[in-house]
Formats: sequence, C-alpha cells, structure tokens
Amino acid sequence: MLTLTCPYCGTHADETELAPGGEAHLKRFGPGSSDEDFEDYLFRRANPKGVHFERWRHAYGCGKWFLAARCTTTLEVYGTYPAQTTEPPEHILETIAAKRPGWSWEADT
Amino acid sequence: MAEAMQKTSPMAVVTALGPRGMITLRGDLAASKLKAVCKALTGADIPAAGHATVVKETGLAWMSPDELLIMLPHAEVPAAIAKIDAALKGSHYLAVDVSDARAVFRVCGSGAREVMGKLCPVDLHPDQFAPGQFRRTRMGQIAAAFWMRDAATFEVVCFRSVADYAFDLLTVSAKAGPVGYY
Repeated sequence: MLTLTCPYCGTHADETELAPGGEAHLKRFGPGSSDEDFEDYLFRRANPKGVHFERWRHAYGCGKWFLAARCTTTLEVYGTYPAQTTEPPEHILETIAAKRPGWSWEADT
Repeated sequence: MAEAMQKTSPMAVVTALGPRGMITLRGDLAASKLKAVCKALTGADIPAAGHATVVKETGLAWMSPDELLIMLPHAEVPAAIAKIDAALKGSHYLAVDVSDARAVFRVCGSGAREVMGKLCPVDLHPDQFAPGQFRRTRMGQIAAAFWMRDAATFEVVCFRSVADYAFDLLTVSAKAGPVGYY
C-alpha cells in the first residue's frame, strides 16, 4: 500500500484516498508542433523500473494535484512536492541521489 | 433518509442530524478582509491546516489551502452570504450556500473512534487525532469529512445524495462491535 504525504494539507494519504494522474513533468506539444512530437506527448511514457515521477490528486482530501517521486519496484517514496514546477526540486533530487547512487534526472529524461 | 434517524449500539449512538447551514468560501485565506468577515460570522479565527474550530453548530473548517467551510445555524445562511459578499466585494472569492448538498451525522460513545477507524484510512489514535482537528477523507465508498466535538463524539459530513449509505455504513460499523485497537 502506497502512502503519500500531500504537500498542501500535510495529510498522510492512503493510496485509496488519491487519484493517479500518470507521469509527471511531461513537456506539452500543442498546436503547431510536429506530428511526431504531438504523438510522443500523448502516448510515449518512460514507464521505468526504478525512480519515477508521478502526478497524484488528493481526490478525497483537499482536491489538489501534487507530484511524487517514488520507486516503482520497491514503492519507496522519495518525497512529494507541489505541482507548480516543471522539474523536480533540488531536495528531492538530493534524496534520490543519496539512495540511488549513479541515478540522475538528466539521464532519466 | 433512513426511516430511523438514530440507532443505538453498545459502541456508539449514530444520529442523523437536521439541516446545518454550510457555506463554501474560497479565496485567499491570508487576506485580512476574509479573516475579519469569518471572525464576525462565527467568532472563530481561521483554523490551521487540518483543523476546525467548531462550537456546537457554528464554526470554521479548513478544507484546502484556499477553501473554508463555514458552519452556521441553517436560518442564518442567506444573511451570512450577503455579509461575505459585502465584505469581499472586489476581491477574488467565491461564497456558496451548500447547506442542502450536505448531510451531517453524529457518532457518540466510547467506541466512536473505532466506528470511524473501521471506515476511514485515517490514524485515529488519540495521540494522532483529537478534538480540534479536521479530516477530509474516504469513508467506505464515499467522500466524507469529520471532526471531534469532544473526546467521545465525532461529527461527520458527506453529500446528501449518499446520506442513506453513510447512515447505514456508520450503523453497521457500530453494530459490528469493538476491535480493541485504540
């Protein structure tokens, strides 16, 4: 069972209280972009075995969207942070780097 | 509503309460005008995240970083919304009467914590949840929110459309007997 701390209300929210929103930090390609970019934006996902950044909504709680960094194999949660950012904040990356030596955000994207 | 408005079991008494005045207020909770009008209406300060200041039928509950639930006696709602509209005119806010959209229940008794704990994914140990705190969460299959009126009494709000389900759920949880966890 996954328990994430909502960064807006501080609640330790059980997975059943949350709604999943898929991969985080996608770059949007809209009108005027090439068909390949638009297709990638719509359908191509990293789906990694390991560190993953995800969008979640605290659906049964405060209703806010937030982002979470976790490991898809161990379910270890590295941290959660507000959604108003285009890349993971420094303290999250440091936490991951300490626990997963050799992993880097740049190599992952 | 279920025909019986109150059901008693050794663990707790579950009561469906009558209509309660509720106003959803969205806006900048740090704004002094908003703080002042909330204080004037309820006598309470803006609660911290995850808290509520409810005395009897009147008070404020923290719903999200930009949303409060104002609780009042049902008859006072129209006047209260007029006051909010006057006080916050020109700022970005929303005040809506949601009284008719909500149902309120009271769970009172020595086993009240367990009645709630069996239904919600919330740590209700006395060290973790005490009177003054407020929690929006999932109760069985529906969204609900609750706070503690005193050490043995929970008040639960949910949508009126699922009030029958909520009443049955609380009743069955109380009837099923204690677990002895807390």
